[in-house]
Amino acid sequence: MTTTTATIKFAPVLPLRWLAWFGFALLLCIAPLVFNKGASLSLLSQMGTVMIFALSYNMLLGQGGMLSFGHAVYAGLGGFFAIHAMNLAAAGKIWLPITLAPLVGGLAGMLFGVLFGYVTTKKAGTPFAMITLGIGELVFSCSLMFPEFFGGEGGVSTNRVYGEKFLGISYGPQIEVYYLIAFWLFVSAIGMYAFTQTPLGRIINAVRDNPERAEFIGYDTQWVRYMTLILSGFFAGISGGLSAINFEIVTAENVGAHASGAILFFTFIGGAGYFFGPMIGAIIGVFMTVMLSDFTKAWHLYLGLFFIIIVMYAPGGVARVIMQNLRVVEYGKFGRVWRSMTAVSASTLLAFFGAVIGIEMLYHLTLESANGTTRKLFGIMVDTAAAPGWLVAGTLLAIGAIGFRLALPGFRRAWGEVNAEIEEQIRRAA
Amino acid sequence: MEFTLVTLLNGLSYGLLLFMLSSGLTLIFSMMGVLNFAHASFYMLGAYFAYTISLKIGFWPALIIAPLLVGLLGAAVERFGLRAVHKFGHIPELLFTFGLSFVIVEMVQMIWGRAAVPYPIPAVLDGPLFTLFTTHFPMYRGFMMLIAVLMLASIFLVLTRTRIGLVIQAALTHPDMVEALGHNVPRVFMLVFGGGCALAGLAGVIGGNAFVTEPGMAATVGSIIFVVVVVGGMGSLAGALLASLLIGVLQTFAVALDYSIATLFSSIGAMVTPQTFGYPVLKLTISQIAPIMPYLLLVLILIFRPRGLMGVREG
Repeated sequence: MTTTTATIKFAPVLPLRWLAWFGFALLLCIAPLVFNKGASLSLLSQMGTVMIFALSYNMLLGQGGMLSFGHAVYAGLGGFFAIHAMNLAAAGKIWLPITLAPLVGGLAGMLFGVLFGYVTTKKAGTPFAMITLGIGELVFSCSLMFPEFFGGEGGVSTNRVYGEKFLGISYGPQIEVYYLIAFWLFVSAIGMYAFTQTPLGRIINAVRDNPERAEFIGYDTQWVRYMTLILSGFFAGISGGLSAINFEIVTAENVGAHASGAILFFTFIGGAGYFFGPMIGAIIGVFMTVMLSDFTKAWHLYLGLFFIIIVMYAPGGVARVIMQNLRVVEYGKFGRVWRSMTAVSASTLLAFFGAVIGIEMLYHLTLESANGTTRKLFGIMVDTAAAPGWLVAGTLLAIGAIGFRLALPGFRRAWGEVNAEIEEQIRRAA
Repeated sequence: MEFTLVTLLNGLSYGLLLFMLSSGLTLIFSMMGVLNFAHASFYMLGAYFAYTISLKIGFWPALIIAPLLVGLLGAAVERFGLRAVHKFGHIPELLFTFGLSFVIVEMVQMIWGRAAVPYPIPAVLDGPLFTLFTTHFPMYRGFMMLIAVLMLASIFLVLTRTRIGLVIQAALTHPDMVEALGHNVPRVFMLVFGGGCALAGLAGVIGGNAFVTEPGMAATVGSIIFVVVVVGGMGSLAGALLASLLIGVLQTFAVALDYSIATLFSSIGAMVTPQTFGYPVLKLTISQIAPIMPYLLLVLILIFRPRGLMGVREG
């Protein structure tokens, strides 16, 4: 008797996928030529490092269902090892071209993944989250106890320009650092995408969705989580090393709870369910961190509120919102949702505007009223201690909130109907 | 002797405060499976509410009103926030409370400012309770312990002797059956969440003036109470009590001990100088490693007893 084994292909190998990677490479190359004003180059460099970090985080959160509150440990320690290696190389004690310095960070991240992952991956789900939080605190407290290695409050600094030029590249100018980051980003992104296609990358999805069945087909779920965490630590370490080259300084903050929380925010906002989601999250996150903090002191609050709104109303993140809308457009049903969608968006915008005015006024009143109670908001001078400004903020917020409440059911119905129809069509086609 | 007794008392009072926080967290976790990341933020809110109320009408009304307000707020968070996220699963719920903890810290800074607020101990309780050899034991510490023990007793009585307590206990393990018997389980959840938050608020009222009332206070206890819950065993109240006291006493003792491995070596006659191998580790005193003690305990527990001290389930 002959048995025929049919290989199941989950996604056909389309030229589209190669095209996407080619487009990504092209985008990385031309981005600094398009955005060439002021600080945009350093912004792009920072986005690149955060993208690697977010992608590595998504190996845990998106692919493994492991919510970690201490992922910055791997990136931060990777950064520390990379920066010490760079200082040693600059002193002539070891040989290390700067191009490979991120690899030192990656190996360090991997090493600590082996060490800490053994403890953290003993559990999954909520206990895993708490244990990673504990490990994060442990490392952060240690970093203040060993100033010899972590440099105490001031951190460890370096100079990335050392040794002889290689092909005329000294890594002095920011543009050269950008292309170094872009190179590592491209390589790491391919590596992490390839990971999702490996047997390990597939089985970690199974462990995420149904650990019990994964055990029954003969996999040790703890071992699978452990392996994934080690690999994720490697990529996180690379991003830490790159950030050490980019900023030429690594401080204890880099391993702290704030850094871990930020990467969780970015990844989830971007969308943990899609491979490219964390990249979108990194762009939004870095943009908010760098640009918004120039405009307002309340940017932490905005980031937190934005995160809560995403968790409550769009748990798939920005990536899912984009993909679902694209799908509706693709099936030609956008005409049926756009009216209610506009109503919801408009009222959200109105409420958001009111909230921003209120928050800004309150912040000014509590923190800066010693220097006078008036401040400029959207080009208008507002007295934060007087009623009119508050009235405007309150009215906008109220109208927006009521409009949202009224518009939401209609939008939900239309959206649900359209998507149900699309899924029906897909099912029939298959 | 004197040092040991006084430190033990201080450690116990700190441990009991930790228990006031972790008990609410454990109750909420074992019932709803939700790890309330914002639990320490409710503790902070309790302290700030009590500060504002005590400015207007005094400390004693604040002791009652502030926890109630925090409880109401917690119930509102459950009703309008968590319940909507519940259908997405436990991780989004955890993320929701994580985001909430961020927002609460910012809100507190927005309303009360970034600096610490002067929230004093009431004059009646300011002074020594008794004198042990030569050390005065503050009356307020004793008051904290009293409140915590009273709270412990009332939780126990409510959970085991009242109708609602029995419903809560039943809903912990068999929510569907309890619902089938005609009880409103979502409302019970809201009650438990609000109640847990109120307990955290109460801890804030009495902890806020014993320590400092500042926007960073949530972060300082936040991660410790998670350690308590894991070390005690997820969802076990008795385990939470044991772990709170253990960590409280351990940390208080550690902070007061100024010995290091280097002093140990010196006492047996070995020379330890900055040139000795591993000097940065050898010279660390026990008081310096006090902040990492709870986390080290966490790691050790996970390696040797993964289900926690009193935990029953393997998670």
